[in-house]
Amino acid sequence: MRDSLLGIAASLALVGQTHPKYLGVMINLSTTLQSLPLLLDAALITISISLVTLVFGFLLGIVVCAMRLSASPLLRTLALIHVRFFRGVPLLVQLLMLYYLLPSIGLNLSSMAAAIIAVSICESAYVGEILRGGFLGIAPGQLEAARMLGLGRISTVLRIQLPQAMRLSVSSLTSEMIILIKVSSLVSVIGVTELTRTAQNIAASTYRPLESYFMAGLIYFVINGIVAWLGMLGEKRLSKAHQS
Amino acid sequence: MNIDFSVITNNLDAITHGFGITLGTWLAGTALALMLGLAISVLQLYCSRPIRMGLRAYIEIVRGTPFLIQLFLLYYGGPSIGLELDPVPAGTLGLAIYGSAYFAEIFRGGFNSIPKGQLEAATCLGLTRWQAIYRIKLPQMLIIIVPALTNMIIILSKETAVLSVITVPELTGVLTGIGTASFAFMEILIVLCLGYLALVELTSHVGHWVERRVGRFMLR
Repeated sequence: MRDSLLGIAASLALVGQTHPKYLGVMINLSTTLQSLPLLLDAALITISISLVTLVFGFLLGIVVCAMRLSASPLLRTLALIHVRFFRGVPLLVQLLMLYYLLPSIGLNLSSMAAAIIAVSICESAYVGEILRGGFLGIAPGQLEAARMLGLGRISTVLRIQLPQAMRLSVSSLTSEMIILIKVSSLVSVIGVTELTRTAQNIAASTYRPLESYFMAGLIYFVINGIVAWLGMLGEKRLSKAHQS
Repeated sequence: MNIDFSVITNNLDAITHGFGITLGTWLAGTALALMLGLAISVLQLYCSRPIRMGLRAYIEIVRGTPFLIQLFLLYYGGPSIGLELDPVPAGTLGLAIYGSAYFAEIFRGGFNSIPKGQLEAATCLGLTRWQAIYRIKLPQMLIIIVPALTNMIIILSKETAVLSVITVPELTGVLTGIGTASFAFMEILIVLCLGYLALVELTSHVGHWVERRVGRFMLR
């Protein structure tokens, strides 16, 4: 973490050095710096897409996990197919599929809606597996103890299993958020104007692809650094609350 | 919607060529990434602090930015600093750079999992540094890191789809091209999904097989 902060500082120093006074021969950030507000606005869209898909992905992931752990073989198989499919096919292919196929069955979705649906469904497959790991990680003795104490099945799930599985998955929330921020760059391909797409537009209008993609990459890096830092803070607080 | 696979059979040559490019960029990119990653992790073990910090920054930067941005920087930004690459080499290099950071972390985890005492014992017995890495560390860490390696290799196989964005004529690029020309998206997407699922399943089977082999070798 400290090293990544140092990396951010070094990159910021590099940006500082390319103030018009120090114009380099080949790398010239000044034109791209002018479009920095555009990039920052777009970064907000990237963050919102990632947050929305994280929430939807988690809600759907709970359903997927419940299906995988259910007693019915039909539900189990369906969930397994879901997980295998959405983890086995590249997200880009899923995005293109949704984007091209939906109009042909008469559904006209905006590219933003298509992007959020595709990424959420894909994320649900990953989250489902994470949560399943959380549930399976609970010692079977606890369930026996719960039954001994006379807890019903539903209250066992709600009071014993779910809180523990959630605590396990909270630490994976951070890494999922970082993955989603990176993965959300793919939705630029179907025309959502988030950070990557905006960088593309700026590259096309200023003829400075290196600088514009460098700035976009830097913004992604800073966002991910902040998310990782927040996650660390949250985890510390959570483990403290758990201990006391 | 009726499904007619003549679109696929008519373009079979282009599709198999695209699949070949997917396989080629994936295998070449993975091989390069593995070598780079191993080199980075070994350098991290034995080099001075500034070099270690530089490598750490490389890993953090590659892991902290999207693959698509890295590809754009390499392919569209490269010419500004005199690096002009065709799509296929640019894509392969992009995969190699992206994978190397993750592989380096996996290797580092593997190296760290070997107790220090073993290395001290190796030095006591007169093994050189490289012999200790090659004969003591690598064989033992293999068993620990094979699942993570397989996982990353599978991720790389899926990332090859992103190469279509920088105009590499691989499976996704070729098939979506056929799709936009013929509007036969359903057929195209069935073939796309089957292609990638086959690749992923095959890789994970090979991974399990290697895991068993390495495990057997270690238990004796």
